[in-house]
Amino acid sequence: MKVLIPDALLSYTQNRRADAGGATLSELLDDLERQYAGIRFRMIDEQGQVRRHIRIFVNGKQVNNLAQPLGVTDDVVIVQALSGG
Amino acid sequence: MATTRKASTQRKSSAAQKLALLIATRKGLWIMRGDSARRTWKLEGPKFLGQIISHAVLDPRDKRTLLVSASTGHLGPTLFRSTNAGRTFKECTQPPAFAKVPEGEKGRAVGHTFWLTPAHANESNVWYAGTSPQGLFRTDDGGDTWKPFSSINDDPQYREWMGTVQDGTPDGPKMHSIIVDPRDPKHLYFGMSGGGVHETLDGGASWKVLIGGMEVVEGFGFDPKLPTFHDPHCLRMCPSNPDRIYQQNHCGIYRIDRPSDTWVRIGRAMPKKVGDIGFPLVVHPRNDKTAWVFPMDGTQVWPRVSPDGKPAVYVTRNAGKTWQKQNSGMPKSQGWWTVKRQAMTGDVCDPVGLYFGTTSGAVWMSRDEGRQWSRIAEHLPEIYALEAAVL
Repeated sequence: MKVLIPDALLSYTQNRRADAGGATLSELLDDLERQYAGIRFRMIDEQGQVRRHIRIFVNGKQVNNLAQPLGVTDDVVIVQALSGG
Repeated sequence: MATTRKASTQRKSSAAQKLALLIATRKGLWIMRGDSARRTWKLEGPKFLGQIISHAVLDPRDKRTLLVSASTGHLGPTLFRSTNAGRTFKECTQPPAFAKVPEGEKGRAVGHTFWLTPAHANESNVWYAGTSPQGLFRTDDGGDTWKPFSSINDDPQYREWMGTVQDGTPDGPKMHSIIVDPRDPKHLYFGMSGGGVHETLDGGASWKVLIGGMEVVEGFGFDPKLPTFHDPHCLRMCPSNPDRIYQQNHCGIYRIDRPSDTWVRIGRAMPKKVGDIGFPLVVHPRNDKTAWVFPMDGTQVWPRVSPDGKPAVYVTRNAGKTWQKQNSGMPKSQGWWTVKRQAMTGDVCDPVGLYFGTTSGAVWMSRDEGRQWSRIAEHLPEIYALEAAVL
């Protein structure tokens, strides 16, 4: 399925849209990690929690549970709030 | 502990050294390469623009491996690794991360790796890292993959002493000043802000507290025997005498001479108007009686600026009995910057070169052990750490 990647992670994918697969959100993130080493830890911490400034939407609905089942036609959007200054 | 003996240090003339300054800033990494006389410096960068670089360290054992700790306000932390002294970098495979806790329990997540220390000369590829929230980590493959020290990170007593993310410094409590005894790879020290000073003699299997003689903030009834109330800012072991460690603490400047377990407050001899609060501390590479500090205004609300807007380094040449101001070349008034914990360092040349990076983005250096200072870079972002690496 197509995954929309935020600007701050383009250094990993080089493309706004990445192709990745998985039966759950966690598997999809694992597939992204296989293709783009390092990208998962920058979104998901070691306790399996979505990091504070990351939001993941599946078909327009925000998802925090990495066990969320996914279908092959689902639309996944990763959004990232900016912070700093 | 091994008996006291001086570690041999090779005295090298400045002409023999080519140096690079690794400038870690709030907005990226810059590298300044100097000529052999330390007179001209070329600024390269930025690398990792926009990323918060907490520390960048070149491995003195191979002079090629360079580790860089990076994070942003909005992405998880990582480490970048170079094997050609900073020409190219690759992200490490497994950055420092706490052990995953069982379902239903609340675990910790590393916010950033704050401190990097290459291990003993006989343990190539081993490094230690300290994080915020506080944790201790080790790599055996030159920084590509990291493992947590359960003896610290998961120990209930240590967890109590180190507190929570609400305790400690403004951007999170720090594990720092990881020191390896050059005589014994299993003999380590570290500091926790807050949480005190700690030592292991068995490579980290067991630890003991080393806070005797350290004072706590007065007036609140804090028990000085509890590590929780101690806030070491920076520890430096003397290369010429590994039994001597200097410490800049939230409550003054200290020195300890092992095997004694008691720190002696040597900052009492600082001028009263300046005080002995600050963050960085540098020791002389060949003389264990000489150390430098950069005092900071730690009064009332802790302005964290140079006292009275008059930046100055102070040096002791008699192990803390007396201190002398060294500010020739620095602004004599209205200089409101200061120097963070990791942002002051020295080289191994003769005479020793001293360097510091400021919160206002300037790099200052002295070629003569602090007598005269000059600014060699300005207009950089806030400087978090500065290391002088021999190439």
